[in-house]
Amino acid sequence: MAKLAAKSDQNSGLPSQEHGSRLLLDLEGISKHFSGTLALDNVDFSLKSGEVHVLFGENGAGKSTLISIVAGAQRPDQGRFNFRGNPVEIFSVHHARTLGISTVFQEFSLVPQLTIEENLFLGAEENSFGVLKKSALRNKAREVLDQLGFSLSPNQRVAYLSRAEQQMVEIAKAFRSELSVLILDEPTASLTDQETDQLFTLIEQFKTKGVGVIYITHRMNEIRRIGDRITVLRDGHKVATVDADVSEEELVRLMTGRVVDQIFPSIRFQPLDTMLETNNLATADGAVTNVSMHVKRGEIVGLAGLVGSGKSDVARACFGLSRASAGDVYLDGKKTSESSPRAMLDQGFFYVPADRRDEGLMMMRNARESMVLAALSTAEYSRGFLLRRREETVQTEKIAERLNLQPRNTERIVEHFSGGNQQKILLAKSLTRDVRLFVFDEPTVGVDVGTRVAIYRFIGQLCEAGAAVLLISSDLPEILHLTHRVYVMCNGVVTAELSGDEICQENILQYCFRREAVEII
Amino acid sequence: MNENRPSTIYVSATRFTKLAFVRLGVLPFLLLIAVIIFALMSDNFLTGRNLLNVIRQSTYLTLVAVGQMFALLTGGFDLSVGTILAITSVVGATAMATAYTAMPDALILVIAIGILAGVSAGTFIGVINGIGVALFNVSPFMMSLGMASVGFGIALYMTGGTPVYGMPMEFGDKFGFGTIYGVPTPVLVALFFIALLFFMVNWTRLGRYFYAVGGNIKAARLSGINTKLTLFLAYVFCGFMAAIAGILLTARLDTGEANIGATMPLESIAACVIAGVSLRGGIGRLENVVLGALFIGLVQNGMNLARIESYLQIVVIGVLLILAVVADQFRLRLITSMQD
Repeated sequence: MAKLAAKSDQNSGLPSQEHGSRLLLDLEGISKHFSGTLALDNVDFSLKSGEVHVLFGENGAGKSTLISIVAGAQRPDQGRFNFRGNPVEIFSVHHARTLGISTVFQEFSLVPQLTIEENLFLGAEENSFGVLKKSALRNKAREVLDQLGFSLSPNQRVAYLSRAEQQMVEIAKAFRSELSVLILDEPTASLTDQETDQLFTLIEQFKTKGVGVIYITHRMNEIRRIGDRITVLRDGHKVATVDADVSEEELVRLMTGRVVDQIFPSIRFQPLDTMLETNNLATADGAVTNVSMHVKRGEIVGLAGLVGSGKSDVARACFGLSRASAGDVYLDGKKTSESSPRAMLDQGFFYVPADRRDEGLMMMRNARESMVLAALSTAEYSRGFLLRRREETVQTEKIAERLNLQPRNTERIVEHFSGGNQQKILLAKSLTRDVRLFVFDEPTVGVDVGTRVAIYRFIGQLCEAGAAVLLISSDLPEILHLTHRVYVMCNGVVTAELSGDEICQENILQYCFRREAVEII
Repeated sequence: MNENRPSTIYVSATRFTKLAFVRLGVLPFLLLIAVIIFALMSDNFLTGRNLLNVIRQSTYLTLVAVGQMFALLTGGFDLSVGTILAITSVVGATAMATAYTAMPDALILVIAIGILAGVSAGTFIGVINGIGVALFNVSPFMMSLGMASVGFGIALYMTGGTPVYGMPMEFGDKFGFGTIYGVPTPVLVALFFIALLFFMVNWTRLGRYFYAVGGNIKAARLSGINTKLTLFLAYVFCGFMAAIAGILLTARLDTGEANIGATMPLESIAACVIAGVSLRGGIGRLENVVLGALFIGLVQNGMNLARIESYLQIVVIGVLLILAVVADQFRLRLITSMQD
């Protein structure tokens, strides 16, 4: 490892500045448009050698756009990009790599069907006259993995690795060549505590070698542990760059532009009869192994857990999207026999999926058609097999008004709306029919603060009107401030049920990791 | 670099063209170009008689293309439409000829038996396609390609490769060459089905479900739509429309032929794509597909009048299809990049 980093140090023989405060990256006035919206607006960003610079901000604040510009995946519309004091223009990810800028993206760039070593050197295979030097590649892969202390064998196929192991491969990929800037996009999201420690040790080592690290995270304790400086982005603007010892309240204020009380509505909970209940539920695919829980009318129940904890899978199994292998589901006190989306919808159960593009909306058709899709079989929108198209227009316009859809044109193609408004269209789907149980799966992914506030108020209103709400979320503040009771899940089982004052960050995080901690012991 | 800045008129003209292209697709542009070219090449092209001729000749393709639209709407396609024409023709003609020799006096019954047998046989291919695609998740490409081979094989086996004769003259006279109030019967039949399907697509739940399944099949499933049934019906509709075209073409030819319809898969998909039906599913308008089929008929007719060799005509149709797909890709990119 020493060799890798030392070499990059030599490359950077810039005599002018003293060691320790040398600027690796210096971005000035970077702007980037995407289909009419300004993803980045005149953003400055700098990275010193040997520092961990944390990028902080909400989903959609522009963090991803900024790092994809640094990584060479996007090119800025405006602004100056200096690398080691010299203006450069980065053409591609490959070009960035040759400069020593490597990125570990949240979405893995691995080919599952190939082995670890094939993935490590994908696009940069050593060869002579087009013929692969397989043994040399094998040795190099071994070397990289050993240096990083990852116990992986180079000839394992990536498809069979766990998420954490795939993350390791992704990181190792960044280390295959000399490194001066390392970009990590929420690298610990799917790592265990032990693996996280391992990663942080590595980052410390790289800092001493003069590598600059851009680090994206939502976790306060990680900022404390490894951060040196923090740049806060909001709605494509740079709000501030502060030192890492800033207070948590201040960071939240910088990130959201308002204090917590203004974001979350206060909701009156009046729990009535039980609407949804599961009894030792397990799914056939093994994502859920044993879940017993219930949701009452007039309350918002949170379902927290890490990626892969099975929290979405519980709701999907109840809704009839995946097969249950054991246990029962009771809806409104009655055991559900036929489990299909159609049957569940008819009983007043609406599931709003996490990925609006993938499962929620018809992106290339107009908003109206997506909004009424689940309700076409009801008497309100069809008579026999005939559609009531006028009713469709009238009702969807009312709903658009209620949710403050911008622009208020239900004939517009979904793709043309902003992310936040697309999310509103997704939520609107649940308003076209009679629903008594709402399940929201990550309802605020990729939306701006304004929409977030609107969505929270909307969920609060549903609850106060007597509906049962199950809120599945990876966003901790959402769970903390919106829910009346919380179930925490880990590896397919419920590890805790919290209510009242028990609902706090420490408790939830502790139970999120519980099972893994037990297994390690 | 920016010395030659385009004038504002030029800019707004390009913007208008772009908008028109996004709204209407490539078809109006192609239609305009084709009409101008052929009108210049042949004096007979723009006569009422010739244009009526174009409509009559395009009837069969129109019927098939309208059916093909359903497969495309759901994100698939049907390569077996040609075979469906062939098997409808062969089975229909054989049944009709057999019935005619058995009871030469019951003309209406004989013709009805023939039509029913032929259309059922053709639709049955669509049913099998639908079962394969919807129930067994076979890709539409493999399923319909496989069925194209199966159907063609059966049609050839049944006839030994020779035409089937022996149908009553009246069948051809009525359904092939007949007119009602001056309008050719095949055109009337086509108009009837087009009107029916237009209503179905725009005003019924089932029609909307085709768009939903093609637009986002997962969202459709989550919205409680029976996606398997919808997929199945798309191929049944496609098969049925091709079968109607097959029986009408049989009446026109007066014989049952195993070798008809070979160009139908390509031409019907071309008609749809040129009309703006997306190959990814979920987008397409029936009235445009009718125009798309008429456009292909128009081009073929124009090339005949301009005495372009028939082998070269095949080349032109292929080029048009590819151009239409390129334009479709370009249009999709424009849609996603434009704000409104």
